[in-house]
Amino acid sequence: MRRFFILFGREVSSAFHQPLAYVVMCFFLVVTGFNFHAGVSLLNHSSGTTTMVEAFFNTVYFWIPLVLVFPLITMRVFAEESKMGTLETLMTAPVRDFQVVFAKFAGCLFFYVILWAPSLLYFSAFGAVTGIDAAGAAGSYVGAYAMLLLMGCLFTAIGCLASALTDNQIVAAVVCFSAILCLFFIGLLAFFIPATGNALREVTYYFSPIEHMMDFSRGIFDTRPVMFYLSSTIVVLFATFHIFQYRRWKA
Amino acid sequence: MVKVEQLTKRFGAVTAVDGIDFTVEKGEIVGFLGPNGAGKSTTMRMLAGYLPPTSGRASVAGFDIFSQSLKAREHIGYLPENVPLYLDMRVGEFLRYRAGLKGVPQRRLTERVGDVLEMCGLDEVGKKIIGQLSKGFRQRVGLADAMIHEPDLLILDEPTIGLDPNQIRLVRDLIRNLRRHHTILLSTHILPEVEMLCSRVIIINKGRIEAMDTPQNLRARLGQAGHILFDAIVADPRAAATDLRQLEGVQAVSHRRDGDWTIFTIEVAPDHDPREALFHHATENKWRVREISRPPVTLERVFAEVTGGEENF
Repeated sequence: MRRFFILFGREVSSAFHQPLAYVVMCFFLVVTGFNFHAGVSLLNHSSGTTTMVEAFFNTVYFWIPLVLVFPLITMRVFAEESKMGTLETLMTAPVRDFQVVFAKFAGCLFFYVILWAPSLLYFSAFGAVTGIDAAGAAGSYVGAYAMLLLMGCLFTAIGCLASALTDNQIVAAVVCFSAILCLFFIGLLAFFIPATGNALREVTYYFSPIEHMMDFSRGIFDTRPVMFYLSSTIVVLFATFHIFQYRRWKA
Repeated sequence: MVKVEQLTKRFGAVTAVDGIDFTVEKGEIVGFLGPNGAGKSTTMRMLAGYLPPTSGRASVAGFDIFSQSLKAREHIGYLPENVPLYLDMRVGEFLRYRAGLKGVPQRRLTERVGDVLEMCGLDEVGKKIIGQLSKGFRQRVGLADAMIHEPDLLILDEPTIGLDPNQIRLVRDLIRNLRRHHTILLSTHILPEVEMLCSRVIIINKGRIEAMDTPQNLRARLGQAGHILFDAIVADPRAAATDLRQLEGVQAVSHRRDGDWTIFTIEVAPDHDPREALFHHATENKWRVREISRPPVTLERVFAEVTGGEENF
């Protein structure tokens, strides 16, 4: 366990040692800030029952930075070490492969969590200024942030897998971006299938991050997406572990 | 300390290492010598636990490098050829990280980092960022990393490559000092380095071991045969060469002119030394002599001989 924490610490510090981290954080703050502003103006012009939390987590301004940020966070993790040759010194130290894979995954996920932390301030600021609770109920917060974390797990794992596939960070980023986008498109299919009760539509629901977020940010806690994100994260990490081993042994 | 049996590594159709056997005893410095692509690095990578062998076995400090890889790795300090380091870290920070990773107990971290910084002459750069260091310093950071957990075996892949002569000398001195506490396996293609540092040499070519002995014995193997340089002023070089060929033990004579002087290269049969006879012959003919010498056989020649010629250099 000590080795895992040492590796994890290294991952986190290396993430913050590179200028890209600060560029990503700035970009993220700007876009989520704009998204918040858009959410507020939406509430101003509509008389519906939408809460601030719902408005924030279900706009296009929320999804665009979310999809873009994973390739940026994860592209470096394996590809850079592999290209620099530091994988050789890393893997000749007495560490297990799964410790390395998991530490890299956890490091990226930690960075992602840090990215989202300031958004909590938005909601408390909203409450303080307007006197209206940003969420209809506490469950709305819990649901939205739980879904953020769950999606973060899967998308980070996909990014790690992409990075383990190649020495080239750009290739890793493109692969990661495309894979996440594919998942989104499967989800988007639902909007083109009109009839309710259609089997295909039911199936797409299982894969659709947009629909999952819609439910969870209303505080509707469904175990199916939870299982989907957790189990696919494990599968993708497992694949990452094997690809990581395979590429090293072939080298 | 190291025991290698029939170790083989294939990459697809290419056999990089082909069934090699050798052992290294505790306290030895063994030099791995061979042309580029001979399989030195691949062998070292397998021993360090980075690559799994295709077949065969190897153990370090009694632990199998494959089935007990983690245990074996705890006893190995490995410095890869191009010295990969995290360029964004500071030297001290990097060594602390590596020490922790290699299982140095928390309470000894500061002490060990201080020790290796001093041993490798890195005291004044401990707070510098590795990316800003010169190649010589980076090499020493790599060495410091390799020995930070006091491993029994140090595997150093071309530790002096790409350094300037002063830095090479520093790194060599460092390695020489390390022999007291560590068994060392190093690879190089700088032959004088092997002669200076190693107690035993393994010459490897095309994945196979071609020769394995002490540097002295290897030289002795070719040592008896050799050549003599004879530099004199003679009236008729061609006739003189024919004369010299008559001396006992002389196999062939070639010559070239250097102004008034003629330099003869005399090939000598094993176990013969015609230098005295040569001197008498010269005085009898009243030749003016500038040099009679027998250059020592270098490992360079041994190397060329066993690896099949100079073209491999």
